[in-house]
Formats: sequence, C-alpha cells, structure tokens
Amino acid sequence: MSRLLSKMEVDRRLVGLAVVLLIIWVGFDIASGGRFITPRNIFNLSVQTASVAVMACGMVLIIVTRHIDLSVGAVLGVLAMIMGVVQTDVLPQFLDYNHPLTWVLTLLVGIVVGGLIGSIQGVAVGYLGVPAFIVTLGGLLVWRGSAWWVTQGRTVAPLDQNYILLGGGIEGTIGATWSWIVALIAILAIIYAAIMERRRRLSFEFPVKPIWAEYTNTIIKAGLVLVVVATLNAYHLPTRAAERLLENKGIPVTPENLEISHGIPIPLLIVALVAIILTIAVKRTRFGRYVFAIGGNPQAAELAGINVKRMTVAVFALMGVLCAISAAISSARLQSAGNDLGTLDELRVIAAVVIGGTSLAGGLGTIYGALIGALVMQSLQSGMALLGVDTSLQSIVIGLVLVVAVFSDKYFHRRYSDPTA
Amino acid sequence: MTDPNMTKDPLVEMQDIHISFGGVKAVDGVSIDLYPGEVVGVLGHNGAGKSTLIKILSGAYQADSGQIIVDGKEAKIENARDARDNNIETIYQNLALADNLDAAQNLFLGREITDKFGFLDDAAMEHKAREVLHRLNPNFKKFTSPVSALSGGQRQSVAIARALLFEARVLIMDEPCAALGVHETKMVGELIDQLKRDGLGILLISHDLHDVFDLSDRLHVMKNGKLVGSVRTEDVTHDDVLGMIILGKMPEHLLHLAGPGATNATGAANGTTHR
Repeated sequence: MSRLLSKMEVDRRLVGLAVVLLIIWVGFDIASGGRFITPRNIFNLSVQTASVAVMACGMVLIIVTRHIDLSVGAVLGVLAMIMGVVQTDVLPQFLDYNHPLTWVLTLLVGIVVGGLIGSIQGVAVGYLGVPAFIVTLGGLLVWRGSAWWVTQGRTVAPLDQNYILLGGGIEGTIGATWSWIVALIAILAIIYAAIMERRRRLSFEFPVKPIWAEYTNTIIKAGLVLVVVATLNAYHLPTRAAERLLENKGIPVTPENLEISHGIPIPLLIVALVAIILTIAVKRTRFGRYVFAIGGNPQAAELAGINVKRMTVAVFALMGVLCAISAAISSARLQSAGNDLGTLDELRVIAAVVIGGTSLAGGLGTIYGALIGALVMQSLQSGMALLGVDTSLQSIVIGLVLVVAVFSDKYFHRRYSDPTA
Repeated sequence: MTDPNMTKDPLVEMQDIHISFGGVKAVDGVSIDLYPGEVVGVLGHNGAGKSTLIKILSGAYQADSGQIIVDGKEAKIENARDARDNNIETIYQNLALADNLDAAQNLFLGREITDKFGFLDDAAMEHKAREVLHRLNPNFKKFTSPVSALSGGQRQSVAIARALLFEARVLIMDEPCAALGVHETKMVGELIDQLKRDGLGILLISHDLHDVFDLSDRLHVMKNGKLVGSVRTEDVTHDDVLGMIILGKMPEHLLHLAGPGATNATGAANGTTHR
C-alpha cells in the first residue's frame, strides 16, 4: 500500500487526513441515523467552514515562517464592523441603497484596512523584532477593543443586499448550470496541469511516475470535483423560497420548476479561489519559495539575499487581507456585523492548520492540508451539534482532538517516514 | 617561487587590513593573498581573528582600513552581494542550506530561474542542478528529497555546487570538515582537489590543523589579530605549524619568510609585498 502511494507520488499525510475525515463523517452519519451525509448538511458544512478555511490558508504561511498570529479573530471582528459601517452609513451618502458597487467598494475598504493592520503587525515582528506571539496577543486585545469603538458596541444591520450573497444564503449560490460549468473548467484544468507537468519533465528526461498512476491521480481528482458539485446541486431550495424566487422573476410556478438547486455556494467558490491562488503562489513563485526557505533556515535565507524582514511584513499583510475576506463571509452569512464576530476564531484557524500537517517549528505545511483541517474541525463541531451534544462537551472533545491529532502526526511521521522518500 | 601558480597574478589580495570592535583590535594590519588553482588554509585559535578577516572578504564586516584587491583592481565589498559580484562565494560552517528544500531549490535560492510569466521554472532548475552536481559528485541521486535527508558530504556538495553555479572564482570555506565523518571528509577533500584543477582559489578557515594541512598548498597562520606568517605546506611539519598557532613564532629554519606580525619580521611571504 505504501509503495503504491509513493509510486503515485501522493502525500501520505493527505491520505491519513482524508481517512480521518471519512471516519468522522461515516461515524456521525451512523450516530445521527443518516442525517450527516446529506446534500443539505454537506452544503451547510461547506458554508460554515469557509470563513475559517480562508484564514487558515494565510495562517499556513505565517506558521511556515516560524511565526504565529493570535489576532486573526479580533482583526476579523474589527474589519466586519468597519465594512458594516462603510456599507450602511458611509456609502449610502453617495450611492443608492443596494447599489451594485456598494459591496465592491466595501470589500475593497476591508481589504485595504486588513492589509494595513497586517502590515503594522508585520513591521513590529520583522523590523522591531518583537516576537509574533506578543505582537498578535497584543493585537488580539487592541483590535477586539477597536471593534467595539467602531459603533460603541451597536450591531450593524441590515447589510447590503448584494454583500450578503458573499455569505451563501438561499440566493448566495451560483445555481445548477453554473456549478456544472465550474466543475467542467476545474476538470479541464486538472487534466491540462497533469499533461503539462509530465511533458515538461519528459522534455528534460527526468523520471516520471508510471502512466497508470497519472490516470488514477487525475481520475480521482476529477471524480472528487464531480461528486462535490453533484452533491451541492442535489440540495434544492425550500419550496417557499423557490416560489418567492420565481415570483420575483415573473416566472409561473409549476411543480417542475420548483426544483431549484442551490449549486456551489459563493463562499465555497471564494475558498477555492483563495486556495488555488495561494497554492500557485507557494509552489510557483519566488514569494512562496522564500516563505519556505525562511521557515527552513532564516540565516540561509538572509545569506541568499532574501529580505527576511520585508517578507515577514508581506506575510502578515496577506493574513490581514484574508481576514477581510473572512470577515465579509461571516458577517454576510449572519447578515449583520456584531463586535463579537470572530471570537475564538484564532484558535479554530490555528487548530485547522496544525491538524492539516503544518509544523509549528516552521518550514513545513500545505494549503490543502489546512483546508481539510478546517473541514475536520467544522465536521466535529457540526456533527456534535447535530447529535445534541452540549457546547461545553463539544469544546472538550475538540480540544482533545487537536492534541491527539498533533501527537499521532508526530508518531506516524517518525515511525513511517522514510528519510530517503 | 617554483610553484607555477605563483607566476600568475593573485586572484585576491587583502592588504594591511585593520578592524576593531570596541577597542579590541580583532584584525591588526594583516595581509594575505590567494592565487588561481591554489588552496590556502587560514589557521589560528578561536579568537585569533581568522574568521573576522574572512568575514571582511565575504562582506559580513567592513574593515576600518586596508584594501581588498580582486584581479589587480581595488574592490569595494560592503555586503554579501558585493562579494558575489566579485565572484567571491562563502560556504558557511552551518552550511547555510534550508533543510526543508531540495537540492535544486537550495542551489538557486535567491536567484531562481523563472519562465516568461515570472513563475518559477523548477524543471529547468532541476536540470541545471543535475548537471552541476553530476560533475561534482557523480553518485549524487537524491534530487527530490529535502536536503535534511542528505549526508554531511552530500550537503557539502550542494553548498559547493551552489557557489559554482554562480561562477565563483574564490571559494571561502569555513570549517569545511567540521562535523563530518572520515569518509565524508575524504569526499570533501576530493571535491576541493577538483575545484583546484578547475582553477578556483580556495580559502579554508579552520582552527584544526589536521583538517586543512593535507588539503592546502599554503598556510596563513594568525594569532591575536596579527599574521604570524605565511608558509608553503611542503616547507613545514605539523609541529612547525602548531608552534606558529600556539606560540605565534615562525619556525627557526623559515624565519626569513616571517609575516609582519611575527617576531623578527623580515617582510611578508610569497609576493604579498612586491606590489
């Protein structure tokens, strides 16, 4: 089995994570009498995971460079408040209510402010040499306090009609047809990438994996895309909502056209986009290469001419930008911005990243691992909620799972890792 | 002056270098030189000033006074990048490799090959890495593993290949054989011989005489920030050199070659003063 995996050049850790996720899902499905693995629950799970997943992508880079960011939940809070005020109090002075530009400008303000907050923390870490733990612990208090000051604690609602689509409500999806189109594009991209990579290696006469492994890899990836999209398309709008939607569009209501699919929720699309961009950045750009070099040996990176201080600022700034995107997703999902939004998210994000195989010692970690880590965390939480487990007991279980996950990763890695692999 | 190398011009000369840290004269008027195809050991106890002297050449420190002359022209070396621009590469004691990256990624760190869109061209880098490493060490196979999985000698190969790839003509190696086994040390010795044949000038820094004695053509010995003397390895015994390191005195039969720092100085050895 392990020889098979190494022939296919599959990350063993990824397989382990997928198995754990599968066990959790099947376990909850059995325990809940078939209510866990349903289109509806999978859809909700994907929407609930989105906010933490986006931030986890950035946290991978932070932890790979041997830092930590404890402020992400608080930064999310203050950014959600700022974006709330921008779209409800500031922009309506210049634009109509629900103007199509409102959500764009709001998000832009959030991203700029988020990048700024991240840069400030990055400068404190990189140039002033204050440990990231301290800077972001201070940041946690500063930004959570700031979130309150934005409106003196008043919750901002209702939000812009287009903005709330980012949260993936009933209308915050792209529907069945577009979902299939996205799936098709994704599959074509997977096949194209595999062919290009193989051709490139062959042109230099490097060893390539056997052709059956290429096919298996590609078929598994493409199949996964199809299954996910089919599942999301199998979740139909509630009858009342479908009726309302059709009436708004002036289409006569008949039993057939009441079957309206949700399709891919917009927040899931955002997660996919962020993950793809960051994966490319990590694997194919100087920026990503330097992030990992700094994590592996900061001195070597410095000697190779990499500006480690500036890279630190860039990584923290990126984290701030991703906090803004997460803030938009979570406030849009709740259709309001309260100053306690994102409380304890820093712990969920760090847990997701660590479960996803990123080493706290730095230099090691993957974006896709963090995504699965986030999904594992959310699955546990949703599953226990579905079974009616007390919130207090949920925390206990999730806390224990985090410790066990890191332990087993260390244990299996030591035991089965082949130093020559 | 029977050595054929000596008829060429020196690759690098450091002349009358001074540097102090808070009143302590770490390097006090030292001059050394290095010719193409020559291996020169810089020896001395910890604190003798040898590392400081070399860090001035590699751009980590700047001398208070003195000149660095590369290929007959005065060079300004204010940082590591300036040193590289003068084809001077340093291989540090801690090997300066990122353990989590593979050989090709380390070789090109800071100077990656990119395609026309600005993305990293890993295949092209691996191709070039295979070429360079094969020339250096035909047994090198682990191109896709992180360098943490390599042996000490293999890591040394990667570090040296990195320097070669960027057309180093002067290679500075800080304690090249520290933390290496017998076999590995032999491998590094073979590497150095090969580089010598390719016409590079190599400076070996060590506090351990045995590490460098057999590899070096000449030795510069330092003590308390001054040059005790420069000798050809074939003219001296281990005991002579130990005497230089510990006592700071030139051996009796070589007194006429003593450097400016030694007692009974009669002028520096081997062409450091003819200019």
